[in-house]
Amino acid sequence: MTIALEPVVAARPQTPLQRVVSDFCESRLAVFGLVLVALSAFVAIFAPWISPQNPFDIAGLDLLDAKVPPGTEASDGRMVYWLGTDGQARDMLSAIFYGMRISLFVGVVSVVAALTIGVVVGLVAAYAGGKTDAVLMRIVDIMLSFPAILVALILLSVMGKGIDKVLISLILVQWAYFARAARGAALVERNKEYVEAATCLALPPSRIVFRHMLPNCMPSLIVIATITLARAIALEATLSFLGVGVPVTQPSLGMLISNGFEFLLSGRYWISFFPGVALAIAIVGINLAGDHLRDVLNPRNLR
Amino acid sequence: MTGAGLSVRNLRTHFFTKEGVARAVDGVDFDVAPGEILGLVGESGSGKTVTGFSVLGLIDPPGRIVEQSSIRFNGEELTTAKPERLRAIRGSEIAMIFQDPMMTLNPVLRIDTQMIETVQAHVKVSDGEARQRARAALVQVGIPSPDERLRAYPHQFSGGMRQRVAIAIALLHRPKLIVADEPTTALDVTIQGQILFEMQRLCRESGTALIWITHDLAVVAGLADRIAVMYAGRIVETGRTADIVERPMHPYTKGLIGSVPSQNTRGHRLAQIPGMTPSLLKLPAGCAFKARCPIAIDRCNEMPALEAHRDGQLARCWRATA
Amino acid sequence: MLVYIIRRLMQAGLVMVVMSVLVFAGIYLIGDPVAMMISPDANEIERDAVRASLGLDQPIWRQYLVFVGDAVRGNFGKSFLAGQSAMGLIFDRMPATMELAIASLILSLGIGLPMGVYAGLRPNAPGSKAIMTGSILGFSLPNFWVGLMLIMLFAVMLPDMIPGWPRLPASGRGSTVDLLGIKVSFLTGDGLLHLLLPALTLSFYKGALIVRLARATAREVLPMDYIKFARAKGLGEPRIVGVHVLKNIMIPIATVSGLEFGQTVAFAVVTETVFSWPGMGKLLIDSILLLDRPVVVAYLVVIVFFFVILNLAVDLLYSVLDPRVRLESRAT
Repeated sequence: MTIALEPVVAARPQTPLQRVVSDFCESRLAVFGLVLVALSAFVAIFAPWISPQNPFDIAGLDLLDAKVPPGTEASDGRMVYWLGTDGQARDMLSAIFYGMRISLFVGVVSVVAALTIGVVVGLVAAYAGGKTDAVLMRIVDIMLSFPAILVALILLSVMGKGIDKVLISLILVQWAYFARAARGAALVERNKEYVEAATCLALPPSRIVFRHMLPNCMPSLIVIATITLARAIALEATLSFLGVGVPVTQPSLGMLISNGFEFLLSGRYWISFFPGVALAIAIVGINLAGDHLRDVLNPRNLR
Repeated sequence: MTGAGLSVRNLRTHFFTKEGVARAVDGVDFDVAPGEILGLVGESGSGKTVTGFSVLGLIDPPGRIVEQSSIRFNGEELTTAKPERLRAIRGSEIAMIFQDPMMTLNPVLRIDTQMIETVQAHVKVSDGEARQRARAALVQVGIPSPDERLRAYPHQFSGGMRQRVAIAIALLHRPKLIVADEPTTALDVTIQGQILFEMQRLCRESGTALIWITHDLAVVAGLADRIAVMYAGRIVETGRTADIVERPMHPYTKGLIGSVPSQNTRGHRLAQIPGMTPSLLKLPAGCAFKARCPIAIDRCNEMPALEAHRDGQLARCWRATA
Repeated sequence: MLVYIIRRLMQAGLVMVVMSVLVFAGIYLIGDPVAMMISPDANEIERDAVRASLGLDQPIWRQYLVFVGDAVRGNFGKSFLAGQSAMGLIFDRMPATMELAIASLILSLGIGLPMGVYAGLRPNAPGSKAIMTGSILGFSLPNFWVGLMLIMLFAVMLPDMIPGWPRLPASGRGSTVDLLGIKVSFLTGDGLLHLLLPALTLSFYKGALIVRLARATAREVLPMDYIKFARAKGLGEPRIVGVHVLKNIMIPIATVSGLEFGQTVAFAVVTETVFSWPGMGKLLIDSILLLDRPVVVAYLVVIVFFFVILNLAVDLLYSVLDPRVRLESRAT
């Protein structure tokens, strides 16, 4: 008896990636969010070139121009302070560009590092199973049961100020989140047949885990990464606002907001307000895009 | 046709989905006289459940009853009735029993809560009076220790008990018509028999009309006065039970009866109707059964009308024979 | 059931021990609180005297044992700066934080629940879409930012621009009265005014979560058979939504609210700083910035304990609300 082989028919005319992109673009809010993110990223990357002034160059500051409202012209006529100046006569627009740079830098680096660590731990736990899994997940659970902000506060109070220390705290606070997600996704994959097949072929475990299981976990990890990025940026801003985050010499948006707080009630709102708007743009943009990305990448919709 | 009872004419309920229009019920006519038991038989996808829900006005978007459908109950047109009027009718004049008793009762509310609210939705009585009525209804359907049972939660009941509670709820206001959608399908065979017997007794005692929706012809054969067979959204045959069972006219009905295992078929292969019901999104032109029909001819590309071929028995087939 | 509780308590104890070691090692090994307290030109003898009086000249492990011994008795030493018992300071400030947290819980439920249910009932109405977008803003915008904006709006801009618009207080706690020995401010008009902005700020995050959860659960519940059956019985929409749907929603909402309450208390740290609210959170920040270790340690221990009790309470609450869980566990 002959077995007729059915031709494999491509179910979709588009590649999965194209479908994800087109599904994503269906939501105007999500696209709007993406635009905001792109704007923030652009500003952050090109800050030195597009800022009207270098706010860290003390020589270039004229204290006569301190605390002027938005739209004022500089006393030497060189430029217009579109968003006003702060207590040290720094142009707010420039300060915001540089501040965005630091905020995004800290956020992205911490998320990438936390993702890497967390994913490795999660995949190892899922693949190894048994006691290793139990111990690792115990640690993850304990880390996750505490509010991130308290853990970060304590860590920073111990370690002191500095961007590197902020990064370390953020990474320590976030990796557990990725570990749990990676483990969950990996456990689903582990039971699938291709893992069994690969094991039978005597492929080394590291190869199975990283070359085969990892790509299938990617969609949920991407979604979690975007949400975590927004949280990381918000967390750094909060810590800086509280005075335990980045040092005064490298002000992130959070620190700028903190600097302007004392002037708020006296009517000089622009020193806090505009950095606040910039911060909101970055965070909300990421969340709007990420929220829709989650719906689009939902495993149920992908198949 | 007197004003009393249910009279359905050209009922069409369509579902307007992204993939197209699913014509779940596409031109259904039937009557149920007061006190009569009608068995509505069909496979899944035949539209029988949607018919039941349409009578009660419980079709949710994207579905709706399409224009020129008519459902007259005791002389009143239900398709154009105001929502508040429909709400008043539901549960008091027309009641419904669902298929899966596990999901019919709200798991976080007590039985008495769910029964008392039904009473108080239609008559203004005190909690105590409503509780008395609920208790009486439980006794009527044969549930022991009704006071204890009233204070219990649904998950503490077995499937058969839960269905009895649902029946009790349906009977609370002595409705003129009960629509029962596969009420025994999810139950054990022995319980099935009990419930069948109970329902028949209750309906005969109170003169309540009953539409019993099922896929199992054998179940209604002993219960119903008349039977209507549905296929792909239309009625293909209807008539008195005895006539349908002994002298079916439509090939589909014959196939249904032939596929019921019995003493006569013991030792033989079970007869099956080949093929599957067509998708409601892509109904073929003409008779919907023609692809599976052993006696289909060219003329079947044209939809036959439901015609009386014998006294009281109607069939939708060009080649209907006894 | 009892076994379960005991086991949870033991787990909690373990967590607390681990935390205490970490905290102790971290804080006591880094930073020099002595420098905070004496003038820069004090000589060695004076420094040594101060160190000795604070017990900082002992070997580390002995300091830790003393610490643990005291901790069990609730004694965390005196605040370096205030001279008062650290635990005492925390307890003094606890009512203010609790007041804030509970007020924000009430606000987030009172506003978030109806909005979420509405969005679940009518997912395509424009109001629903606005609500859902708003909820994204609610949980993504940082706490301090929200506080800042509210201050700007209600304490500065609106009163400035519109004559007669009330100016809401932006800092401090209002007048207090004694209730069962605890000072509470929500019983006075002035107290409520001061409570309004901070509680509103703190309620944003949780409110957004509740909106999303309520909507998701409502959408899950609405197509259920028992809702259709309720309609078939002739029940009106108000009853169906108000009783049948709501009772089913309350279970996940209560669970999440309970678990998130811990987060709320944590975030109160930020809100209290923004509004100068005299609670535990502000105390913590001040203590961290000034390296007042006993207070930080005392705060941590209190918080860990609080979290453990909270988790346990939520578990018990869950079993009360969901009769399926309660009756099953009684049967086993």
